[in-house]
Amino acid sequence: MSSDTLHHTDHGLATHHPQGGWQRWLYATNHKDIGTLYLWFAFVMFITGGVMALGIRAELFQPGLQYWQPEFFNQLTTLHGIIMVFGAIMPAFTGLANWMLPLMIGAPDMAFARMNNWSFWLLPPAAALLIISLFVPGGAAGGGWTLYPPLSIQSGMGMDLAIFSIHLLGLSSIMGSINIITTVLNMRAPGMTLLKMPLFAWTSLVTAYLLIAVAPVLAGAVTMLLTDRHFDTHFFKAAGGGDPVLFQHIFWFFGHPEVYIMALPAFGIVSQIIPVFSRKPLFGYVSMVYATCSIAILSFMVWGHHMFAVGMPATAQLFFMFLTMLIAVPTGVKVFNWIATMWQGSLTFETPMLFAIGFVCLFTVGGFSGLILSIAPVDTQMHDTYYVVAHFHYVLVAGALFSLFAAVYYWLPKWTGYMYHEGRGKFHFWWSMIWFNVTFFPMHFLGLAGMPRRIPDYALQFTDFNAIASVGAFCFGLGQIFFFFNVIHTIRGGVGPAPSSPWEGGNTLEWEVPSPAPHHTWETPPDLATVQRGLRAQAVE
Amino acid sequence: MLRRLLGVGAFFAAHWACAQDAMWSFQPPVTGIARQIESLHTWLMLVIFVIFFLVFGFMFYAILRHRKSLGHEAKPFHENTLVEILWTLIPAIILLGMAWPAASVILAQKNTHGADFTIKATGFQWFWSYDYLDHGFGFKSKLATPREQIENFDGRGQAKTEHYLLAVDEPVVVPVGKKIRILTTSNDVIHSWGVPAFGVKQDAIPGFIRDTWFKAEKIGTYRGQCVELCGKDHAFMPIVVQVVSEDDFSKWIATQQARAKAAKDDPNKAWTRTELIARGQQVYEANCASCHKSNGIGGGAYPAIVGSKIATGAKAAHIDLVLQGKNAMPAWSALSDVELAAVLSYQRTSWGNQADIVMPAEIRAARK
Ligand code: HEM
Ligand SMILES: [Cu+2]
Repeated sequence: MSSDTLHHTDHGLATHHPQGGWQRWLYATNHKDIGTLYLWFAFVMFITGGVMALGIRAELFQPGLQYWQPEFFNQLTTLHGIIMVFGAIMPAFTGLANWMLPLMIGAPDMAFARMNNWSFWLLPPAAALLIISLFVPGGAAGGGWTLYPPLSIQSGMGMDLAIFSIHLLGLSSIMGSINIITTVLNMRAPGMTLLKMPLFAWTSLVTAYLLIAVAPVLAGAVTMLLTDRHFDTHFFKAAGGGDPVLFQHIFWFFGHPEVYIMALPAFGIVSQIIPVFSRKPLFGYVSMVYATCSIAILSFMVWGHHMFAVGMPATAQLFFMFLTMLIAVPTGVKVFNWIATMWQGSLTFETPMLFAIGFVCLFTVGGFSGLILSIAPVDTQMHDTYYVVAHFHYVLVAGALFSLFAAVYYWLPKWTGYMYHEGRGKFHFWWSMIWFNVTFFPMHFLGLAGMPRRIPDYALQFTDFNAIASVGAFCFGLGQIFFFFNVIHTIRGGVGPAPSSPWEGGNTLEWEVPSPAPHHTWETPPDLATVQRGLRAQAVE
Repeated sequence: MLRRLLGVGAFFAAHWACAQDAMWSFQPPVTGIARQIESLHTWLMLVIFVIFFLVFGFMFYAILRHRKSLGHEAKPFHENTLVEILWTLIPAIILLGMAWPAASVILAQKNTHGADFTIKATGFQWFWSYDYLDHGFGFKSKLATPREQIENFDGRGQAKTEHYLLAVDEPVVVPVGKKIRILTTSNDVIHSWGVPAFGVKQDAIPGFIRDTWFKAEKIGTYRGQCVELCGKDHAFMPIVVQVVSEDDFSKWIATQQARAKAAKDDPNKAWTRTELIARGQQVYEANCASCHKSNGIGGGAYPAIVGSKIATGAKAAHIDLVLQGKNAMPAWSALSDVELAAVLSYQRTSWGNQADIVMPAEIRAARK
């Protein structure tokens, strides 16, 4: 290799950055800088989407229209959903993968550093399009994040902006995935075979494959919408021989794997954290890998369970019901493995562990409500009610988001070089845990009793639980401001410098480099002995 | 602000006092299917609770007892093939126990054969219309809750009545104990027709017809709502079904049929200007006012009719727009020639608009 491609081997100083100031970020090609960009972007989007959720909950605090016209309410739900899914959760996981994968597998950087810059910088314009759409004539898209036609064909140019935004987001995800796949497959340290790499690397790899498979499907679906809207094609217009339900099939063929795109990396994170704070290797490493892969494969065959109410034949309902229920098996294996990892451990409960246990508890609850929803006849009562809202927030907020919090606290010392304040971290956990449940648990009852979702106003028997949920939501939101100051406090020095390996049981490769992780790491791959020590401690040797 | 808070407090106080139907679980089932769904759900919850207590029991036992602070030492086992096989197989068997009873309910739910009669439910933005296909009449069924109860933007809306948002001007009426087949379709976007007490929920898809059925076992009034996001008034298209005795049902059918006959616009009638405009006002209130407002001023994405270039311009463009729809405006071609002529005439002559009226014949011509 010429010294050109390894241009920085001669000055591997911790403080070295290619450029100073804004240029460092605009032209960033270093995986850590890009990871940081992704994470901050995701946080800003999380707050934006969160404010919208509070807009929704404010309106629903009591019956009657208090603050918003129904049109604007629909725009709030739509943007909240799109922003949380595509703007907050997915970029946050990509950011984590960027930051941590090279460190964990002993690679100097991501495989395609410049493309990495691109895939990040597509995100802000995509977000801008969504925000701008609020101010165009007719307002933002109001058809729900599922964008079902013909409703989405009716609405104004806000929908077009949303479609373009989705195009950009999809492009970004595909590039990010290519990068992750290539990095994981080609740049592992010597001695780290596929079945020996950390589970976070596994779940990121599988997730990246899922994304590459389905992002183009979504792009296709929304492009068909676009041409239906403007060029008089009739893919989804019955009047011209099209079929609105076709869109739902395509959308959910993307959409169901998408929910695992938001869940699998969370599984990976939790599988890193629980062993460390249990001071035991992960139980059933290999079955974890198999479970991850089988979940990914099954996720492509169950989209129909989102469509039990469109009127599919009994055979199709049976098919989708059985396969959907089947996913409970590998998911159960995962939960059992995590518990077996804790069993007979020597547990401590630092903030990352708290969030990881919180994840296991609440994700299990979300899994149970998912099982209920998978039973097609019962879904007749639950479909498109608040039961569904409760279910997917148990998996997305308590699942994806809590695992992200766990990851942030777990790796914050590595990122900043400082320890966060444990008391504040724990406060953030308990506060989030309590108010999360106050917000979303009552929604199960609302759904059982029949309250439809996506409505700005409701009948009187739904009043009490809605009021409780709204109070919970505002308190939950408040806690996230606390989280922000917590992180800032750590960046500014926290409670003191962090050692290179702050957690007693930490044994993956990222704990071998100093904290904060210098700008360039693993310029020469870790030696075999280091790798094997880590593997042995994880019992994957 | 303070007043609003006090108002909320008083509201809750009053609210807790009145009886709560269906707060913690399903609305009480009144069909066999709904009952089967309920017991299926009970069975599932039972299994889930058992698993829940086992799983959380083990986890919390570990959390409480296997802590470092209690001096517990880690035992670094990390594999056990037998256990791993067992906890793959056992859940799979449990799942079979859940899927089996569900399958038979699916088959029953899907069996729409042998219905006593059929009602077609058509979703509109934003109300339902019903056609009694075997009895030769139909009607629209619209939210009966007045807007003054709904809108509360200044903090002082009207008090809400008991069936707030769940009351319609004309409910569906069906006889008790008969198998009723419901066909659903839509005029504009996807809606969904659902009545929880019957265990029924079926999307209404434009251009397509789907079916479902119920057989209500108890006389009474049952309420549901549109359950598919269908635009701004999604929350305001309730479904009310009155289940009555067979006698009451035949009486109701007779009056409906008579009324339908009387209400039919006589196609040969020569309409005068005033008659047409008066008829137009009814049509307008029933169909157009929810977006363009009763006084024609529109709002948001919905343009004003007052002074509108189209409503005061050439007739042909006006007729075309209403027949074809445009963007957020649905096509209204399902209205009769007389209704369309009437509503156009009303729009062209009201609130200061001064254009010429439209005759039914012109609509008939424009349709071709
Ligand atoms: C990780 C964070 C979150 C994610 C990924 C997320 C995702 C979603 C999605 C996909 C929807 C569906 C939108 C639609 O129906 O079109 C939704 C709706 C909603 N979310 Fe969230 N959400 C998150 C956080 C929150 C939080 C923190 C709250 C409350 C404080 C919240 C409250 C709601 C509410 C009330 C709805 C409206 C449901 C409806 O009627 O359509 N969400 N969310
Ligand atoms: Cu509707």
